[in-house]
Amino acid sequence: MATDAAGLVKILEKVAEKISENREFLTELDSAIGDADHGINMSKGFSAVVEKLHSQKIDDCGAILKTVGMTLVSTVGGASGPLYGTAFMKAGQAVAGKSSLDFQDFVTILEQALEGIKYRGKAQRGEKTIVDSLEPAVDILKDEKDSGDKGLVMEKALNAAKEGVEYTRSIIAKKGRASYLGERSIGHQDPGATSCYLMLQAAIEKIKEMSVNGL
Amino acid sequence: MKKLINNPEHVVEEMLEGMVAAFPGYVRKLEGFNVIVRADAPVKGKVGLVSGGGSGHEPSHAGFVGRGMLDAGVAGAVFTSPTPDQIFEAVKAVDGGAGVLLIIKNYTGDVMNFEMAGEMAEMEGIKVAKVVVNDDVAVENSTYTTGRRGIAGTVFVHKIAGAKAQAGGTLDEVKAVAEKVIANVRSMGMALTPCVVPAAGKPTFTLGEDEMEIGMGIHGEPGTMRTKIMKADEIVEHLMSKILTDIPFKPGDEVAVMINGLGATPIMEQFIMYNKVSKILKEHDIKVHRTYIGEFMTSLEMAGASITLLKLDEELKKLLDAPADTPAFRQF
Repeated sequence: MATDAAGLVKILEKVAEKISENREFLTELDSAIGDADHGINMSKGFSAVVEKLHSQKIDDCGAILKTVGMTLVSTVGGASGPLYGTAFMKAGQAVAGKSSLDFQDFVTILEQALEGIKYRGKAQRGEKTIVDSLEPAVDILKDEKDSGDKGLVMEKALNAAKEGVEYTRSIIAKKGRASYLGERSIGHQDPGATSCYLMLQAAIEKIKEMSVNGL
Repeated sequence: MKKLINNPEHVVEEMLEGMVAAFPGYVRKLEGFNVIVRADAPVKGKVGLVSGGGSGHEPSHAGFVGRGMLDAGVAGAVFTSPTPDQIFEAVKAVDGGAGVLLIIKNYTGDVMNFEMAGEMAEMEGIKVAKVVVNDDVAVENSTYTTGRRGIAGTVFVHKIAGAKAQAGGTLDEVKAVAEKVIANVRSMGMALTPCVVPAAGKPTFTLGEDEMEIGMGIHGEPGTMRTKIMKADEIVEHLMSKILTDIPFKPGDEVAVMINGLGATPIMEQFIMYNKVSKILKEHDIKVHRTYIGEFMTSLEMAGASITLLKLDEELKKLLDAPADTPAFRQF
């Protein structure tokens, strides 16, 4: 599998669509342990991303991801803006200058995104954050990146992310506004871990669809 | 919801424009950004002070922009941190060559957005330092959580660091004195009623007609205790016992006191609170150097108040006493 810049934009459009479909759901999750704006802010940010990507044609995949990051940072606000913004900017740096991306690049992008989120949020696994869904997925992608069946590897990574989301229900929030709730945060699924899973799901669905179509 | 507004989406911009219209000699707004800077910014050779956060805490932060306090106040959406691009513009606008200090309240979003702005400024060659204010004793201080929130005590950081910068302090010196204030300032608040974020249109939380919440945050974050309403003296006793034992404050200490109304608390009630605060301080043999009563760090139309104590030494006293002239804080 490989994709050019136009393909990358299509993947990002799919991610934006998924976030927009889950606007209410993410906001609802956030209202239980946060300030009830995660879905609203994320979908606002990704609408701006799509608008921005349509307003200019970029051939450099790194530059596209950097544009996504900058746009999220200036439109999402709160903590999610800097976190996802840093993730995309860091991913963009790692593939700067590339006009097409292969599976190894996909792994690098997610690896760097995770690095960016951990750096910005000073978070580790087990603190009820984005890291809890993203890191398990990245671990699988890294471990099995040379496997012959890329489709299966992506499927396994996505499942690991989903299990990560489930895991956030069982733990106490140690970062962000939810941490003020202490034990009262147990039983609630983390909105950030969830939005990250949804983004991953959208990207993988689109990559698979494009591979089938011979892209 | 009853509100004296035109459009929930325009509240921040209209407020800032109104402030500039009212105080043109003091402040101006950066075109295209929700940033208020000193009318004469950048002040050449002076360390620039930038603070900010979500809107809804007026007069914080833009109201404290002026001689002897802040150089810029960055206003995010109501209760939402401003984004790094906005903060970065503020930093650029107030950098007079001596560097810029970012004064951040300890909330996850604020810290991340200000840090990103700081990194952007450093890439442009501007010297930036930051301090994070965490004066709210209601939240347990643990390295494993986000930690204590920044509330009304932040205004003392604005005042004292502002005086140090105005007196020609270097970036390191201004940062050091800001850190000293942070180490010596403690606050705690309580709420009688919630507030309504204009865009949301409904209260951020609910409290029964006869209930109050002790330790409530300035965005309606959960406090430490929800109980039946008590008498003002009992409430003050509770807040003061948490505050006094925290540093702890000792007999013979000198302090500055701030009673901060959260938006819908009559001045009458603030003085009733201070009456008890003053008695408690006397009992503990703690001397009051200065008292501030009014609205400094509000939470829209929330009813309730916070008490802040700042332990003073000679340096802090001198800087606190220095003149300041801003739209919302004047001392001569």
